[in-house]
Amino acid sequence: MAERSDTEEVKLLGMWPSPFSRRIEIALTLKGVPYEFSEQDITNKSSLLLQLNPVYKMIPVLVHNGKPISESLVILEYIDDTWRNNPILPQDPCERATARFWAKLIDQQICVAAMKVVGKVGDERDAAVEATRDLLMFLEKELAGKDFFGGESLGFVDIVATLVAFWLMRTEDLLGVKVVPVELFPEIHRWVKNLLGNDVIKKCIPPEDEHLAYIRARMDKLNIKSA
Amino acid sequence: MSSGEVKLIGAWASPFVMRPRVALNLKSVPYEFLQETFGSKSELLLKSNPVHKKIPVLLHADKPVCESNIIVEYIDETWSSSGPSILPSHPYDRAMARFWAAYIDEKWFVALRNFLKAEGEEDKKAVIAQMEEGNALLEKAFIDCSKGKPFFNGDNIGYLDISLGSFLAWLRVTELAASHKLLDEAKTPSLCKWAELFCNDPAVKPVMPETAKLAEFAKKIFAKPQA
Repeated sequence: MAERSDTEEVKLLGMWPSPFSRRIEIALTLKGVPYEFSEQDITNKSSLLLQLNPVYKMIPVLVHNGKPISESLVILEYIDDTWRNNPILPQDPCERATARFWAKLIDQQICVAAMKVVGKVGDERDAAVEATRDLLMFLEKELAGKDFFGGESLGFVDIVATLVAFWLMRTEDLLGVKVVPVELFPEIHRWVKNLLGNDVIKKCIPPEDEHLAYIRARMDKLNIKSA
Repeated sequence: MSSGEVKLIGAWASPFVMRPRVALNLKSVPYEFLQETFGSKSELLLKSNPVHKKIPVLLHADKPVCESNIIVEYIDETWSSSGPSILPSHPYDRAMARFWAAYIDEKWFVALRNFLKAEGEEDKKAVIAQMEEGNALLEKAFIDCSKGKPFFNGDNIGYLDISLGSFLAWLRVTELAASHKLLDEAKTPSLCKWAELFCNDPAVKPVMPETAKLAEFAKKIFAKPQA
């Protein structure tokens, strides 16, 4: 195999348990783009991270041809714009707008609501569960009759929604709070099974045992009771 | 497919609504403006944006597109052969435009809004400091993105110009209320020059709210109830 020139260098600054970091790995793997992964410690930020993402000082950061890009949704679009094989976003403008809409809902509202479920207790937690479920109902309806949000194959929304499948739904087991019960969300459960049948997903999501141990340790540290 | 009737549900005072209006003007796309009454939401709005129930909503051949920046991208992609390109063509430049547009909505605008709500000198001082920090970042972003040209997007107004420029009227109203210049010729000379060019652009002028009218409106909506 010919040696890659420096101009094709792709580096990802990320964290193994982060859903935002993993979604970039999914996209790069889907496109067959080789990359170097650099595990970061956000409790002790490297000078490289601070230099490459001075605005937010967060992961993930993709570095391509020496140029950094931050914010996971921005990075996903960049990846799709740059490597045109196996498109992540649909071609049709209306479908693209819809995909972007759901991705924004997931990151700005579902993610926030789900974090409240973990962080709150008692009545506040119950309210957070209800709020999360109301939002998830939109995704539930969106999945009707489809294998994936992207249709017959993985797309933008599926990649972003792995946050629900492998972070929210793994955490709820540990919390002992069923946020996404199968009786209320049969389509989402069916979709998770479809995800688990996909080789790229299987390769790119955090291994379950280590991930659950990590979440449990974080909950203990934050004094959050686990089931 | 760019055929089909275009309608935009919105309100004259909303910076978010202004964005698709500028984009439609740039593409010379005629549209019907459906003005919402302040304080109530029309049936059409509730039906077209059931998730957020917010303006703007673009209706193209009766299909709704929601979220202002998403609508702007939709307009650019649908009427791609008409008028200048709203998103830059190079993937990295597109990523920078999306990154800063997200920053403007998630951080910069939040600071501006906090200023309008701030009570007391200490609060106001803190928000001004926040805004000035943000403006310094945007001044640098302008220099990086414009590469010596008049707009963030180069020779013509584009996505990032629209994203920030849509807030200029509200920025002016805030400056009046604070008796404090937030866009300062000394600290942000490039942004000041850009702001003037943006406001005078033929695609912008007809849809930019008049400062006096907006200031009156702001007084009304931020009015404290009488004790």
